[in-house]
Amino acid sequence: MYETINEANEAVLNEIKRARPRLVDVRPAADCIPVLREGRTLLHAGPPSAWADMTGPMQGAVLGAAMFEGWARDAEEAERLAASGEIRFTPCHDHSAVGPMGGITSASMPVLVVLNEVQGNTAFCNLNEGIGKVMRFGAFEGEVQTRLAWMRDVLGPVLSQALGMVPGGIDLSVLMAQAITMGDEFHQRNIAASALLLKLLAPDIAACEASTQHKEEVLRFLGRTDQFFLNVAMAYCKCVMDAGAAIEAGSIVTAMTRNGRDFGIRVSGTGKRWFTAPVNTPAGLFFTGFSQDDANPDIGDSAITETLGIGGAAMIAAPGVTRFVGAGGFSDALETSEEMREIYVDSSPMFQIPTWDFQAACLGLDVRRVVETGITPVINTGIAHRKAGIGQVGAGTVRPPRGCFEKALEAVAETVGVAVD
Amino acid sequence: MLHCFILKGSFQDSVTLMVLSRDLSALPGVAKASVMMGTPANKDVFRETGLWHDTLDEATPSDVCVIVDCEDAARAAGVLEELKTRLADVAKSRRASGYPVARSWRRARQLVPDANVALVSVAGHYAADVARQALDDGCHVMMFSDNVPVEAEVELKLAARRRGLIVMGPDCGTSVIGGVPLAFANRMPKGPIAVIGASGTGIQEICSQIAARGAGITHAIGLGGRDLSAAVGGISALTAIDFVAADAASRVVVFVSKPPAPEVKARVLAALKLMQRPVVALFLGDRQAARRDGNVHFAQTLDGAAALAVDLANVDSQASHQPSAAGLGICGLYTGGTLAAEAAQLLADALGLHADETHAEGYMLRSGGHRVIDLGDDLYTRGRPHPMIDPTLRNEMIRALADEPTYGVLLLDVVLGYGANADPAGVTARAVAEMRAARGGAPITVIATLTGTDQDPQDRASQAAKLEEAGIVIAESTRTAVELALRLVQPPVAGIGAPPPLLAAPPAIVNIGLRGFADELQAGGTNVVHYLWEPIAGGNQRLQRLVAALQ
Repeated sequence: MYETINEANEAVLNEIKRARPRLVDVRPAADCIPVLREGRTLLHAGPPSAWADMTGPMQGAVLGAAMFEGWARDAEEAERLAASGEIRFTPCHDHSAVGPMGGITSASMPVLVVLNEVQGNTAFCNLNEGIGKVMRFGAFEGEVQTRLAWMRDVLGPVLSQALGMVPGGIDLSVLMAQAITMGDEFHQRNIAASALLLKLLAPDIAACEASTQHKEEVLRFLGRTDQFFLNVAMAYCKCVMDAGAAIEAGSIVTAMTRNGRDFGIRVSGTGKRWFTAPVNTPAGLFFTGFSQDDANPDIGDSAITETLGIGGAAMIAAPGVTRFVGAGGFSDALETSEEMREIYVDSSPMFQIPTWDFQAACLGLDVRRVVETGITPVINTGIAHRKAGIGQVGAGTVRPPRGCFEKALEAVAETVGVAVD
Repeated sequence: MLHCFILKGSFQDSVTLMVLSRDLSALPGVAKASVMMGTPANKDVFRETGLWHDTLDEATPSDVCVIVDCEDAARAAGVLEELKTRLADVAKSRRASGYPVARSWRRARQLVPDANVALVSVAGHYAADVARQALDDGCHVMMFSDNVPVEAEVELKLAARRRGLIVMGPDCGTSVIGGVPLAFANRMPKGPIAVIGASGTGIQEICSQIAARGAGITHAIGLGGRDLSAAVGGISALTAIDFVAADAASRVVVFVSKPPAPEVKARVLAALKLMQRPVVALFLGDRQAARRDGNVHFAQTLDGAAALAVDLANVDSQASHQPSAAGLGICGLYTGGTLAAEAAQLLADALGLHADETHAEGYMLRSGGHRVIDLGDDLYTRGRPHPMIDPTLRNEMIRALADEPTYGVLLLDVVLGYGANADPAGVTARAVAEMRAARGGAPITVIATLTGTDQDPQDRASQAAKLEEAGIVIAESTRTAVELALRLVQPPVAGIGAPPPLLAAPPAIVNIGLRGFADELQAGGTNVVHYLWEPIAGGNQRLQRLVAALQ
């Protein structure tokens, strides 16, 4: 269909550039994701993973979700249930969804609904729980359960009502274009986008039919949750990358994700096939009392932001978080973004970065470029404790293993009938 | 006891690692430390130097391999930490550079789109591939790298020639293009002399000798030590000659090399003879019988070549202020017999004529429309004083040139000192003025040499002033007088086209390999991008082929 890989990639990039995702609703996950209506099913981050292969944070979140859904009364029962094989696990990415860290998403958790008004596809992501003991980092008891219930009963419905009052929903491209000029790169830093979202939604939250107490709780939660927009950005990126993947040709990476053991990527020319290699462990700064030895190996679907070309690739947009890269500062961020230019083949028509002399953010991660240069994408990430139940212990950066890109390149070569000795 | 560490996927250039090896070896308690990339060639070096460790088997060309010879394992680990710290320092210092840094050729070209020269100093094993990429993208190549196979050199140079590009090197230490010094080079004053050479230090020495004589260069083009061998056939030499021939600013050319293969020498000489401008050729160690072959002058030494080139450049400058005498004759009227003989001999040599052996009527040369007469010959002094005392006869002959429009250049000597005429310049100037007045419009350039000193009764300086006032050109020697005369009767054929792109403007550089070259280019104000090169696909040949096949 396409004469060359470059032509195919151009088509993929064209779809990516055309996509215009809008945040239109917040719904219970089961309403949006059919597989969650089929018995005891959980979505998880990364390429496919069985219970036994999951690392601490994901297992902890599974326990939390099983208790939250009423499948188990306590952690021990939940663990027996998970180990028994009675819970079906399936990657978020196979259901137009993404989830940060463990990515565990169950039927009654609310999800963000992002609709691409151009190509018509949707993407989903669960809601950010804020900081502290949170399920996505593997905590599962006490306040975690209380918060999950509140999100189901209060946050989700209030946001749904408020969004229902915004005609056509919120144009995320416009919001993000503004936020990137305010110092967000949408992975490690989302404070500007979160504030802008709250600014847009606050009048409608105030005007909706929920109780005054619930509205106050929601406004206070959004007001203190700096990373609330991360999950919105992830759904946005998933929506855009799926639009590009529909071309089904070329060598553009359409998904990067990790399940704590394997790093998996998908490529535009090889459909839903995963190319995996063992993950690295992120390095960075740790909260007091924790160290590198506590860090869980790389985990989560949030690398969908780097798949698009923001997050680590747009490090220069967010000088405030560059300390995570290393001891340096602005010049390290600049060097990182300049390095990423080597492996992304295009630039975003939407996201201009003032601190990069108004150069546009990267777009189009090309498997060929990664293998050729040996440069892997820089991923900004939170760091989970390796044991279930403890939660986030730091933040930093990590790179994917080269191996998955090398395997993908071999597969791309097969699809176009190129063979070498 | 040998301790081995491998730093996966962290490519460093060999010079950096050599410096680190030296520094780490000097640490207390360390017998020896060696740090190299894990290429097959480097692994051989580990083996040959008794530093082999079986862990090295698993190293790839993009891994840093560290061998520490010391008794204590903890000490070895300390050395590794020291190495990591230093590598981090190297990386940090690089960040401060004022020029862009790329990790691929493609990105380098994006960052400096008008780059037209690749300066390649990666290890010889990789240099040919890097150079090929630059040529394919339309860039000239300067290969500082050595240890490039001769087959690769020939292939690259032929590819360059097809594209109208040049490969300077491999093993090319020096070039200066449009004032931009590449690799080992001196900051040179600008001037009219182009230097082409297969010898790096030869080029540097000639250039600095030229500068010491108050002149300067347009360009210095290095060829690499093997270019003039029979195997390579002088491909780059011929390209460089073509480029310089099309460069109007290069008025004089110096060509320097060790003696080329005979058939290559013939080809190079033929090309030099077609350059339409003076050329000084120095084939070091080659006993050239002739001093000159047409426009090509042969020098024996580096300083001799520089001196000759500066003389010829001065002659060229003088010629540019004189009317053309193309196709006209040279007339030499000398009062001194030896001066006449020298002028006659030099003219005969240059024009392929024979000097007059019989000296009948004082003629030292009478051939090809040219003549040189010794007015001190017995014929002219019979019954009258020597013309150095009484210039009447020469003045008559000067005036007689008014009726001889076939002569366009007049060569004269003006001899001062005890016994000579009290004002030889004055009387000669008057005779020249009368001749010119009687000649009407037909132009003639008069060139005089002055023999004498400022202590002479006539005073050399005031004599010179009188000649200059009369529009007479003063030459420093009979040799330069004859050169100027020849230049006027045989001017270079006009029609030098537009200069070749390489020489038309100061180049913009993609530096690949040694970081220091980029630092120096940046400091000198040159537009440079550093390509932080690593083996493609981490040195995995299968992936390299795959990447190439999928472009």
